[in-house]
Amino acid sequence: MHSADDARPWTFYAFAAFFTLFVLFLYGPMIVIYILSFQGPSGGMTFPLNGVSLHWFGALISQTRVGDIAGSFVRSIGLAALVALVTVVLSVLAGLGFRRRFRGSAFAFYLAIASLIMPGLFVGLGIALAFRLLGLETSWYVSGLGAQLTWTLPFGLLIMFAVLGRFNRSYEEAAIDLGATNWQKLREVTLPMLLPGIIGVALFGFTLSYDELARTALTAGSENTLPLEIWAMTTNVTSPTLYAVGAVTTIVSFVVIVIALSSIAFIQRRRIRGARDATLASAE
Amino acid sequence: MAIIEQAADELQALAASGPAVREAAPEDSGEAASWFQTAPMVIVLALFFGLPMLVVLVVSFFDFDRTDIIPTFILDNYVELFRSEVTLRLYASSLKFAFIVWAVTLVLGFNIAYFLVFHVRSLLWQIGLFLVCTVPFLTSNVIRMISWIPFLGRNGIFNQALEGAGIVNQPLEFLLFSDFAVIVAYVHLFTLFMVVPIFNSMARIDKSLLEAARDAGAGRFRVVAEIVLPLSRTGIALGSIFVITLVMGDSFVVRTMSGGQSASVVSALQNEVAGLQYPPAAASAVIMVIIVTLMVAGILRLVDVRKELAG
Repeated sequence: MHSADDARPWTFYAFAAFFTLFVLFLYGPMIVIYILSFQGPSGGMTFPLNGVSLHWFGALISQTRVGDIAGSFVRSIGLAALVALVTVVLSVLAGLGFRRRFRGSAFAFYLAIASLIMPGLFVGLGIALAFRLLGLETSWYVSGLGAQLTWTLPFGLLIMFAVLGRFNRSYEEAAIDLGATNWQKLREVTLPMLLPGIIGVALFGFTLSYDELARTALTAGSENTLPLEIWAMTTNVTSPTLYAVGAVTTIVSFVVIVIALSSIAFIQRRRIRGARDATLASAE
Repeated sequence: MAIIEQAADELQALAASGPAVREAAPEDSGEAASWFQTAPMVIVLALFFGLPMLVVLVVSFFDFDRTDIIPTFILDNYVELFRSEVTLRLYASSLKFAFIVWAVTLVLGFNIAYFLVFHVRSLLWQIGLFLVCTVPFLTSNVIRMISWIPFLGRNGIFNQALEGAGIVNQPLEFLLFSDFAVIVAYVHLFTLFMVVPIFNSMARIDKSLLEAARDAGAGRFRVVAEIVLPLSRTGIALGSIFVITLVMGDSFVVRTMSGGQSASVVSALQNEVAGLQYPPAAASAVIMVIIVTLMVAGILRLVDVRKELAG
């Protein structure tokens, strides 16, 4: 549309200003609560800051009438890791399966889409009722896990579709032609090539589980996950502790995102370098 | 970097029902393998989604007393639902939120996607700015929601700024714990679901088409109205489906941000669940699913998402 040297139209600056405002809208409130989480001991829920302290972070650990933040944090991390693992294995398998047409593929696809769009609270209600009718206890690691998978598996599947849609199958054919078994082909060609996408699925699985509320609300049983604990806090805690827990949980999310994205970037860079070296070697 | 493309592409895949399903040649020997590969996911979804939704349907015909649900077949839950004036009010409230949030996120999403696709020239910048929009999606919704409290409160930043600037003499009361706050939070949480699919549609528009239109004398506005808008309609449809189903299915945002003053269909349902009134809650869920399905079907009728993406 443009060559690199022609001048930007005035609309560019209008859109850039609009975009900047949107980014402020997106991040501004979050940044404010991180600042307010360092509120002094006598400070309140909004500005001004009455000094700067780690008082409210301390209050999280000492558990004074705040609830079981530490316990729910550990549970949420464990559950998120479990959800990420199951989501990766099942979505990669299903993604590979969907590369062929098979009887029932449309049904399987629409089941996943319906599961994605269904309001989360309804899914939770259904699972809670089913467990009740069967006389089973709900718990975060059975009913909670299942409820979250109804949300992360469709996402994982869609990501695998996108990744596999760009996947060049001639590499797999070459492996077979060179005498690889099916297992060797999968382990040494297909999976390594899909690795960045698989990391993406794991990232979505982990973060979507770690922050999930609607599906978990009725299915977590007697022990809360972190989002449920925070949700309970919003109704009965009126101190900056709420912001402190928000700051901590967002930092965890950011660490996970940065680890995932930088490992994807690392793999891509290594591939580009590998390809360049190979080209150089063949040129000599 | 692949993750960004994935995020953009996953919605495209949604409507294309998996590119490979269409393109791959059928292999008889492979069908069994495909079944084995998809079976684990289908089983999990059947157990934790299909079966529970059937249970909701069945329980909606059950009777109940103060402590328990009683297996039987009655239509009372539905009759009550249709008789009650509250139902209509709740649906009016939910539809109002859905419509306003849809309109706002559509305008925002369209313009953001337009900026990213047609104004940002370097690929690296495009990816970076797209990430900036995407990352909050992977952080806690509850925290993003409550982060509006110090902003909108009676003594919040917004009121302090307005008073400081001498625009108002006393703090505005309607900012927090009101419909306004609910809509702000929805827009904050859900605009991304509009940006990503529209971005994806726009990225596939051949830029020479725009150049040709401009050379032929079309003004900026006409290019957008007659080329970009029609060619983005798949993304607009998908984004609309996401935003509308998210708002219609929400109860947490409306509760927190309205301070309990507004209600939605699902927040009322949540109250019934808290009161152990499962059968009426189930009936309410069934009706809601039917209505949302009709809305989604209506959008898909206007825009044939599958055909557009397959072509």
